[in-house]
Amino acid sequence: MLVLPLLVVVLFSFGERGAAGGYVPAFTLDNYANLAARWTAFQNTILLAPLGTVLCLLIAYPLAYYLAIKADPRWRTILLILVIVPFWTSILIRSYAWIQILGGNGLPRLIAEFGFGRPRLINTPFAVMVGIVYGYLPLMVFPIYVALEKIDRRLLEASADLGSPPWRTFVQITLPLSLAGVATGSMLVFILLMGEFLIPQILGGGKVFFVGNALVDLFLQSRNWPFGAAVAATLVMVMLVIVTLYLRAMKRLSGGRDDVAMM
Amino acid sequence: MTDRRATATEKHFLQKLESYRKGSLSRRDFLAQTGLGLATAVMAGTMPGLARRAWAQGSIGDRVVIATWPNYHAPESLEAFRAATGATVDVNVFGSNEEMLAKLQAGGASWDVVVATNYTISTYVDQAIIEELDLSRIPNFDPSAFEARFADPGVINGKTYAIPRNIGTTGYCVNTSELDSATPTTWKEFWDLSRDQLSGRTMVHDYQLTAIGNALKYYGYSFNSVDPKELADAERLLIETKPHLFAINSDYQPSMRSGDAAMSMCWTGDAVQLQRDIPEIAYVLGKEGGELWSDFFTIPASAPHRDAAYALINFLLAPEMAAQEARFHGYPTGDSRVDALLPDEMRSSPILYPAADILNALEFGAAITLTNPVRAEIMARFKSA
Repeated sequence: MLVLPLLVVVLFSFGERGAAGGYVPAFTLDNYANLAARWTAFQNTILLAPLGTVLCLLIAYPLAYYLAIKADPRWRTILLILVIVPFWTSILIRSYAWIQILGGNGLPRLIAEFGFGRPRLINTPFAVMVGIVYGYLPLMVFPIYVALEKIDRRLLEASADLGSPPWRTFVQITLPLSLAGVATGSMLVFILLMGEFLIPQILGGGKVFFVGNALVDLFLQSRNWPFGAAVAATLVMVMLVIVTLYLRAMKRLSGGRDDVAMM
Repeated sequence: MTDRRATATEKHFLQKLESYRKGSLSRRDFLAQTGLGLATAVMAGTMPGLARRAWAQGSIGDRVVIATWPNYHAPESLEAFRAATGATVDVNVFGSNEEMLAKLQAGGASWDVVVATNYTISTYVDQAIIEELDLSRIPNFDPSAFEARFADPGVINGKTYAIPRNIGTTGYCVNTSELDSATPTTWKEFWDLSRDQLSGRTMVHDYQLTAIGNALKYYGYSFNSVDPKELADAERLLIETKPHLFAINSDYQPSMRSGDAAMSMCWTGDAVQLQRDIPEIAYVLGKEGGELWSDFFTIPASAPHRDAAYALINFLLAPEMAAQEARFHGYPTGDSRVDALLPDEMRSSPILYPAADILNALEFGAAITLTNPVRAEIMARFKSA
């Protein structure tokens, strides 16, 4: 069940496009030879997916830390619900809300009121990044929150009792013990980002082009299924390589413990 | 206690009625949830007259699915169809003919009526996607009411596969209050303004036919060209203009309304709708030419509710109904019987009915552009550049 669709993709990628589009059985490597035609899309994705993941992580970690360790337990549940609430509506609708906020009559007008000129925000890579961080933040917050929550508080107390300043306790105890959550969250966000197409389409004004957008166009507009399949298969391969390297790196970082990488 | 329950039920019923009216609840669910279905069945069983009527209503089924364009059908027309026949109209909206074709080719699209543009019909027929229409089941269609150029693409080898639904043009809308100079009149000005005074404020369709076609017009080439040298020129212009564009998107009304965009490639009906609210927005048909199109009703060979499909097409082609639709979407129908029913301000609008010399400079999209791989690749390079 899981492998079958992938097999179809691989099979299609060796075929030829029919005269009116679609798929005609054949065996050719032309589609793979032609991959350079989508090089910009790959470049954008390989650049923006890690960047988006890192930005998500930088914002999510302090948030999760606050929720798990600093927040008043009475408020914790409410705060956690607030993080999930946006997930109850479709990302499409939430992205349209960002169109209003980043559009000329939103933030730029406010900025102009303060006399700082009127910057163009919507339909820029910046807007796409805002949408990505906003959309994927909960996916990063939760694994980190769970990891932090599981930490035995007595370890932190012991560290303080033995004279460690707070930053040292954080670097030596909290951070290593929450690494599993960081690894899971980053992987989740990164993999989904590699296939993202909706946010660049809506907040990038169709000008910021990811591999996901190239795929949508190849299947839904030009109907070049074999080439689309070759692009998709290549994306899967690229992801496999990156994820393998990432898992190895995480394993080395955590001193050979499997649980961190595999959580 | 009893009282409160009675009110609650009444409220529940009204809520259900409202959801049903808005279309979020199907007729069958509505009848089931309110108990009306059971009540009707019992009544129908005891009253022979009612039973026959219920049977007549059920004969075309309770559902018909139409694949069409955004803002293209007045909700009250579809509601009137449901009231008259008992069949609820499910509307699926698309952004391009290419997307519709992709879904039809992939199979599994269970649509009963497809609204397709002239240049796709011959491909649909070649691929056996649509079938010849039985004109005796569409008595409201009168071929003599249409100009031949608008109806002809629906007839292939003497067989009618598609019935004209609407006609229109592709030009551009520009907010004249943002211009220093006089209102432009050519495609050359469109592309020059995009890279100059209206840099950062212009939109181009996310649609190979019009984006590339109107770039070809900058050089005076045919809108439908597939000549490699001419296409290379158009590609250079598109890629040079791209950093200056506000967006590549066929949904340009919101940005034109908010003022983020000041100029956009534009279809007749959108221009009418925009101008209604913002009178400074002008609609320009480039002197060099551009696109003239007609949309058609077709029935896919795979239609699951064929009877309902014929009924819906016939219903929407009735002149009064077509006039109501035209007042809603702002496109001319090409049907002289309908034109006679439209209000004066529509009939005298140069957007709906351009002067003959401007109209005659326009070209119908050619079938070759739909399937030409070079044009598809140019579009991809334009978007990813």
